[in-house]
Amino acid sequence: MIDLKNFSFSYGLAPVFENINLQFKEGSIYGLLGENGVGKTTMLKCISGLLRPQNGSCTVDDNISFDRKPEFLENIFFLPDDVPLPDNSTPESFFHDLAGFYATSNADEMHRLAVELKIDPKHRFKEMSFGQQKKSLIVCALALNTRYLLLDEPTNGLDIPSKADFRRILSERVGGGQTIIISTHQVKDVENLIDPIIIISNSSVMLNASVERITEKLYFEYGGQQRPDALYSEMMPGGYLNVIPNEGMGESQINIEALFNAVLRNQNAIASMGI
Amino acid sequence: MDFKKQKPIYQQIADTLCERIVGKELIADERMPSVRDVAVQLGVNPNTVMRTFDFLQQTEIIYNKRGVGYFVSPDAPDKVLELQRKEFVEEDLPILVQKMNMLGLSFDDLKKNVEERKNL
Repeated sequence: MIDLKNFSFSYGLAPVFENINLQFKEGSIYGLLGENGVGKTTMLKCISGLLRPQNGSCTVDDNISFDRKPEFLENIFFLPDDVPLPDNSTPESFFHDLAGFYATSNADEMHRLAVELKIDPKHRFKEMSFGQQKKSLIVCALALNTRYLLLDEPTNGLDIPSKADFRRILSERVGGGQTIIISTHQVKDVENLIDPIIIISNSSVMLNASVERITEKLYFEYGGQQRPDALYSEMMPGGYLNVIPNEGMGESQINIEALFNAVLRNQNAIASMGI
Repeated sequence: MDFKKQKPIYQQIADTLCERIVGKELIADERMPSVRDVAVQLGVNPNTVMRTFDFLQQTEIIYNKRGVGYFVSPDAPDKVLELQRKEFVEEDLPILVQKMNMLGLSFDDLKKNVEERKNL
């Protein structure tokens, strides 16, 4: 389990997180959502031991991240949005260099995933498009099989078919006890994949709940009218999408973009609903 | 005017599996595709598919053999029909009636059209 306790982080005088408490439990694909510059990447860097919180603690299976003990490091991998790649390196050589540090890594799986994502592990990174590089790095990261995998904006630069391939290879992962955190602002790319959903804003955690819990408390209604009691409504070609408190209306299909807007605009109302 | 409600994903997946049962693609007492296979095919979270299977088990459309997996119930097509009838009466019909009222159409006005369609 990843556990942030009374966690505060700031760059100089600019606070990024103030006294937050957040836990990531095993065996789920968490979606970490927030506006640009809200601190999603900073949080991933703290969890992976690259940055130290000023106050509070960040632990992974009871190891303090920033202590960077071997038993911590071998179980976690962080794939940043932008990875500096050595000249002449290939996905195969990159994976080989990393694999030595991770007892769980599996070269066969790397090759299998490469086929699924249609990349050539022997192709030089510098001759690849940005999207191909991204896919290659995702393949390498997944094949390390670490207990914790942090992916920062993984669908950035992927073409349309690759996004579906990405969802498929990630959905294979659940159930093996692996915990994956996907930070993104492209929620449509991962809409039916991420569960639970975490929304951060204003240096705080605004929401941390499973899709089941969210749809128990909020109803996503497509109708002809804008609802006066809506926490958020949006005009659509066929009418309005309203996000309203769910009062015994059963479950509806979650719309994460609308959820995100509802949470950002009605932080107090959402907080009082105890989602 | 209300639109037909957008069901949660786990129920949409249940509908698809029910169609496959009614269409005899999935047969009584034969094994269901695994949760993992369905999830990977659709690129959705396997926990969502797990909810689908729980739901189908509760409605007795599928059953679980411990340690083996999920199987299609012998009377699954009937159970699916029962479920779909209930859904039609509780969810589709109110919308239809609302629309009929809005358009000033009575049941009798439509009777002829319904009969015609039935014979198609």
